Amino acid sequence: METFRYLPGVSTLNLNPDDCVGCGMCELVCPHGVLHLDSKKAMILDLDGCMECGACAVNCPTDAIRVTPGVGCAAYIIQTWVKGKQNPANGGVKCC
Amino acid sequence: MNKSIPTKNRSHTGNDSCCLNGKKTGLQPIFVNTSQDDVCCGSPPGPESSSFERPGYELQHFVEDFLNTPNGAVPRVKTHLDPSDILGTVIVRLGLNRNQYKIAPGLHCVGHPGEDSPVLVTANYKLSFDTLRKELDSVDAWILVLDTRGINVWCAAGKELFSTAEVVRRVKQTALDRVVRHKQLILPQLSATAVSAHQVKKGSGFSVLWGPIRASDIKQFIADGMQAEKPMRRVSFSLVERIVLIPVELSHLPKPTLWVLLTAFILSGIGTHIFSFTDAWSRGLMVLVAYAGGILAGAVAAPILLPWIPGRPFALKGAVTGILAGLVMVSIFKAGLNWPGALALVLITIGVSSYLTMNFTGSTPFTSPSGVEKEMRKAIPLQLATILIAVIGWVAAAFTG
Repeated sequence: METFRYLPGVSTLNLNPDDCVGCGMCELVCPHGVLHLDSKKAMILDLDGCMECGACAVNCPTDAIRVTPGVGCAAYIIQTWVKGKQNPANGGVKCC
Repeated sequence: MNKSIPTKNRSHTGNDSCCLNGKKTGLQPIFVNTSQDDVCCGSPPGPESSSFERPGYELQHFVEDFLNTPNGAVPRVKTHLDPSDILGTVIVRLGLNRNQYKIAPGLHCVGHPGEDSPVLVTANYKLSFDTLRKELDSVDAWILVLDTRGINVWCAAGKELFSTAEVVRRVKQTALDRVVRHKQLILPQLSATAVSAHQVKKGSGFSVLWGPIRASDIKQFIADGMQAEKPMRRVSFSLVERIVLIPVELSHLPKPTLWVLLTAFILSGIGTHIFSFTDAWSRGLMVLVAYAGGILAGAVAAPILLPWIPGRPFALKGAVTGILAGLVMVSIFKAGLNWPGALALVLITIGVSSYLTMNFTGSTPFTSPSGVEKEMRKAIPLQLATILIAVIGWVAAAFTG
């Protein structure tokens, strides 16, 4: 989304081109156009546009993409600080 | 022991013959003459029960009728919204009854679908379902509603409720392969966060076609042979999309507000007379206005003005709108304020606004959790410091007449 940009250099998105089979699924599911298929290999086109939703990683058939997905909500993050990060959604931490 | 058994058997036979005799002397039916003309007390009775009603079930008003399929009757739903649907939307948008606004999961349909018609998958949050069906005028399609516990597509995927497992389970439970001949499901693109296309194929035999992000593009998507243009695949966060979120942001506030007000009135009463109820009231009201200013700046103005406020961190954007609102507050109260008091009120507005805007990150479709955590590590200590200085300034102001 060109009109909205968030903090640069923070995304945990990581792509291993060696494992990429060029199916193009990551490019299709990304709602921000972060990934792009270039001559049968995926590449990260716009890392700072990534919101770490995890759609690309979930839909990569060869696990070539890694990202730490999560909920970008302050109240939730405060609770993970207080109550620990061990599976907060199921461990008594109220989600937003 | 052996002898007693035949005795019991004999007595049973006797009872049976008795009952048969009893049936012959049944009660005579009583016929009551119902008058059509006489209106009894109250308003006239409503219409007869619909032939689609079944004991123990509630017939939903959005169901037109039922379509017979190899798997039994499938509800055919309206492709327009009734006033009650619109009222329901308004209520949940205000943040009321949001957790109970859901429909039964399972197969629905629109138009006159057959075994080659597309299958659209959606969440069972009624607002999501309404948003989809109102776009399906003159479309013949099946709608597979998942059990996402009444949560919308994007949030349900984030909570692993709109998930690979739920898609596979629902396809099997509805025996979809007996209703349609093809093996394709159209899923909203935003569910890709928790739905893995290749795992759905493995688990159910159905392949996933990623539909557009917005339901308003679904007709075009089908017309184009299940192809989505780039704009259909990108999230937007327009002014209208931001404005509709504001009431829900505000609906989270009443509970913390009670504590804020209690603290504000107690602190406002402290002064040269140890504690003054007159001051608690008059000065407490000023804090209340500063707090309300912070809410307006952080949870209303900042979301609306989001793309135009300088700075990337949301806490900073909220602080910017907070400074402006704080200065307006002080100019209103300037007659009754000394400088520590004025500073305290501005800081309250800034602190509240900054925190609320930071919290708005959770409602946007573009902030990364890593980024939110990064800005929070810097912002929260600053916000706490701001409020602490405000408290000191406000109490000090009472002693420096």
